[in-house]
Amino acid sequence: MTQTQAISLTVNGELVSANVPVRRNLVDFLRGDLGLTGSHVGCEHGVCGACTVEVDGTMIRGCLMLAVQAQGSVVTTIEGLAENGRGQELRDAFEARNALQCGFCTPGMLASALEYVEAGGVADRAAIREHISGNYCRCTGYQAVVDAVCDVIEKGVGA
Amino acid sequence: MKAPDFLYVRPDTLQEALAILADDEAMPLAGGQSLMPMMNFRLAAPETIVDLNAIDDLRGINVADGIVTIGAMTRYAELAQSDEIATHAPLIRLALPHIAHAAIRNRGTIGGSIALADPAAEMPAVMLALGATVEVEGANGKRRVAADDFFLGLYETALEDAELITAISIPQREPDDRFGFYELARRHGDYAMAGVAIAIPAQGAAKIAFFGNADRAIRATGAELALSSGISDAAVQSALDSLDALPFDGDLNAESGTKRHLAGVVLKRALKGLG
Repeated sequence: MTQTQAISLTVNGELVSANVPVRRNLVDFLRGDLGLTGSHVGCEHGVCGACTVEVDGTMIRGCLMLAVQAQGSVVTTIEGLAENGRGQELRDAFEARNALQCGFCTPGMLASALEYVEAGGVADRAAIREHISGNYCRCTGYQAVVDAVCDVIEKGVGA
Repeated sequence: MKAPDFLYVRPDTLQEALAILADDEAMPLAGGQSLMPMMNFRLAAPETIVDLNAIDDLRGINVADGIVTIGAMTRYAELAQSDEIATHAPLIRLALPHIAHAAIRNRGTIGGSIALADPAAEMPAVMLALGATVEVEGANGKRRVAADDFFLGLYETALEDAELITAISIPQREPDDRFGFYELARRHGDYAMAGVAIAIPAQGAAKIAFFGNADRAIRATGAELALSSGISDAAVQSALDSLDALPFDGDLNAESGTKRHLAGVVLKRALKGLG
């Protein structure tokens, strides 16, 4: 028998309540139950980074956290991260720099890059590569991604 | 894949968690950065998951009477942001950037890594080098296990059934203690092909622990002896030669001869970077 549990959490600024099977991971809940399909599901074992979302202020793997563990949390997906501020700037820079091709990694890549930028990370290519090392991109070779992140950092806040 | 079905409980207290774990088929869930992949791969299929994330008593860093105590559920990201760790336990600080990736470090816990005892993980070797004590609690009460007696084999530790790590404690850094850490991996954040953690105290003997080379993190007593009276070129050469006595098991990344070579490389580099 599948155990379900009632949860309520804030997703992209909205209060959400749902009854979820306890085995459902967070990213499947966000995509399947809430229709927020911006977060992608890749490897399902924490290696590819496509499912990266923000929970209570830190970026985490959506495939390695259960939806029930997000009870009471504040979750922000790419739909909420890239609409304004630094997230929006990063999104624009990714477009300007061709930092995506197929786009599968992009939501997770943006989320990780945003964490780096918002933590005050500097435009150091090696440090940026290290920070996004948990996000696999099979199209760009990462050069353009690092270019885009550097652009946003060098332009400064609110540029 | 997705995890097979299980029952889920999230106790607020350690005592409650220990009581549930007394059920044979229950497994504790710490940061979930290893257990969740194992469940998704269906390598682990516990009947009951006991989520430890609501037990606040298991989290936090405390420095008192020359001892640094770290709650088992303290996350890597919290350790990385801690001034106390940077000041009083700098070897942990040196190792942290090598552990997986930022998003993993935001969830993964120090106790989880030590309880799992992955042979290529950083924290078991760091615990050996620091002479850590693993604080354990179960239905029969508390006990303290020296790191040297804790790691028994591949994913095998001195933890009994239904016991949990509650904290680890290490001696606070003395002013002239020196530490080194180095790791080689295929890609940043991957499991180590070879790695070493070194503690050279101002007083007492050096401790050197390798990881990624055998079924568990392991002390290099020969190298410790060779470096016991200073780090001269001759002493370093003697330490390098002594590594022949260590086990080197080949894996998918490298055969045993390569591992033996890489162990020498990481030892030399860690000694050069001693701080």
